[in-house]
Amino acid sequence: MEIIRRYVLSGYWIKLARWVPVYTDESQRLAVMSIGFLLDNRNSAVVWRGPKKTAMVKQFLTDVCWGELDYLIIDTPPGTSDEHISVMENLKQVKCDGAIIVTTPQQVSIEDVRKEITFCRKTGITILGIIENMSGFVCPHCTECTNIFSTGGGESLAELSKVTLLGSLPIDPRVGQLLGKAAVKELPDSPCAKVFKEIVNKLGAT
Amino acid sequence: MSTVVEKPKSIPEHCPGTQSDNAGRASACAGCPNQQICSTGPKTPDAGIQLVKDRLEQVRYKILILSGKGGVGKSTVTALLTRTLASQDPERNVAVLDIDICGPSQPRVLGVLDEQVHQSGSGWSPVYVEDNLSVMSIGFLLSSPDDAVIWRGPKKNGMIRQFLSEVDWGKLDYLLMDTPPGRSHWSHYCDNTTSRALLDVRKEIDFCKKVKVDVLGVIENMSVFACPCCQRLSEIFPATTGGAKQMCKELDVPFLGSLPLDPRIARCCDEGKDFVTALPNTPAVKALNDIVTKLVETCERKLNK
Repeated sequence: MEIIRRYVLSGYWIKLARWVPVYTDESQRLAVMSIGFLLDNRNSAVVWRGPKKTAMVKQFLTDVCWGELDYLIIDTPPGTSDEHISVMENLKQVKCDGAIIVTTPQQVSIEDVRKEITFCRKTGITILGIIENMSGFVCPHCTECTNIFSTGGGESLAELSKVTLLGSLPIDPRVGQLLGKAAVKELPDSPCAKVFKEIVNKLGAT
Repeated sequence: MSTVVEKPKSIPEHCPGTQSDNAGRASACAGCPNQQICSTGPKTPDAGIQLVKDRLEQVRYKILILSGKGGVGKSTVTALLTRTLASQDPERNVAVLDIDICGPSQPRVLGVLDEQVHQSGSGWSPVYVEDNLSVMSIGFLLSSPDDAVIWRGPKKNGMIRQFLSEVDWGKLDYLLMDTPPGRSHWSHYCDNTTSRALLDVRKEIDFCKKVKVDVLGVIENMSVFACPCCQRLSEIFPATTGGAKQMCKELDVPFLGSLPLDPRIARCCDEGKDFVTALPNTPAVKALNDIVTKLVETCERKLNK
């Protein structure tokens, strides 16, 4: 449901015999599918146990008409539970190119993410790399950089797990405010946009 | 004599369970070989629920800490609230039940990472952080930090049920339950101020109303950041739709308070140190004390109703 707010998406009709994803603009180069589209109103909670969630994940993987795609990125909830197991089970016949692990610099976050790495290894997913998010905040008033959520976690995790650190994204309040617009287009000179481009280049080379 | 209907091998995908009130009557039951037995047979009360009730009888206030979203600082806030409750009154007995089965953070955050849980005739003993503060977490049962709990819902629910029915807390005033983000296992919120986090908190509030759990209030975490160099304030996660206060007004739930960002909190959590007693004069601890005072008043008012 996080994805739905990044793009302006009100009032799209998506249900046909199979599901058509929602395109962010006329070029139709970026499509989104989310359960967020299926809720009547934004306050409605999805209160489902495992079997129903598993069935929904399966439907999203088998019933959406993506058309020809270069990249399909699957955003998962935190943890190592029904949704993750379901995705892996349903992708058994399909080549999953890999997983990107996102962490913050804190030890508390690293501790959780180590388990995510274990999940990937147990289920045979290649780990493409780690992205460290919320890595430092540059004060807009005095340019002092503060490590609000500690520092160095991404690097130490990458070293510990022998996984590539793809990049470290600093906190930039302007990115959160974009809501529907691309950071790389609207803030091309921001540290975030630069790091995103580097990450994508590294992934393309893999 | 009571009978328990055993599930047939080919159960429907969304079987409500043979002990459920909907057994035999749900739409998923159509075509199941046990449908008639389930719909007509006598229902036995779930023995597990009674065990949980018995176990938690000596706990005065049981509080769930929920957030629809990951990354809002729920585990941190749970630990801070617990520390504040314990430090405000040494006679007050407080505990944390960490039921984030996939990502148990409380052992580290409370500084008891290497402790072990012991089992006795009266159940599992929680780990004591202070004389009046204890904690139970699946984190204590994992042999290595890399061990992942890769379980589907039913097995996780079983573990949660075990925690609720088998931990010997003794007499407690407050039991705070740190939950995983989302609602599939459940039913005090914690949210960032951006509209995305709030959207998920709205769903969480909706969930509580659906399952009839009282919303004691919303805590807005990471509200502002004071630069340690120039002391000026920045909104790192800007409130694009009026923030938590506005949302609370709309949804008619109490707003307990805002916690500012303080890098020392993250450091203390990583090191398992007690931020509340180490830095009592910080804006964050002052805010925590106000929040806990409001929470205690709300709980006592509800009990006395």
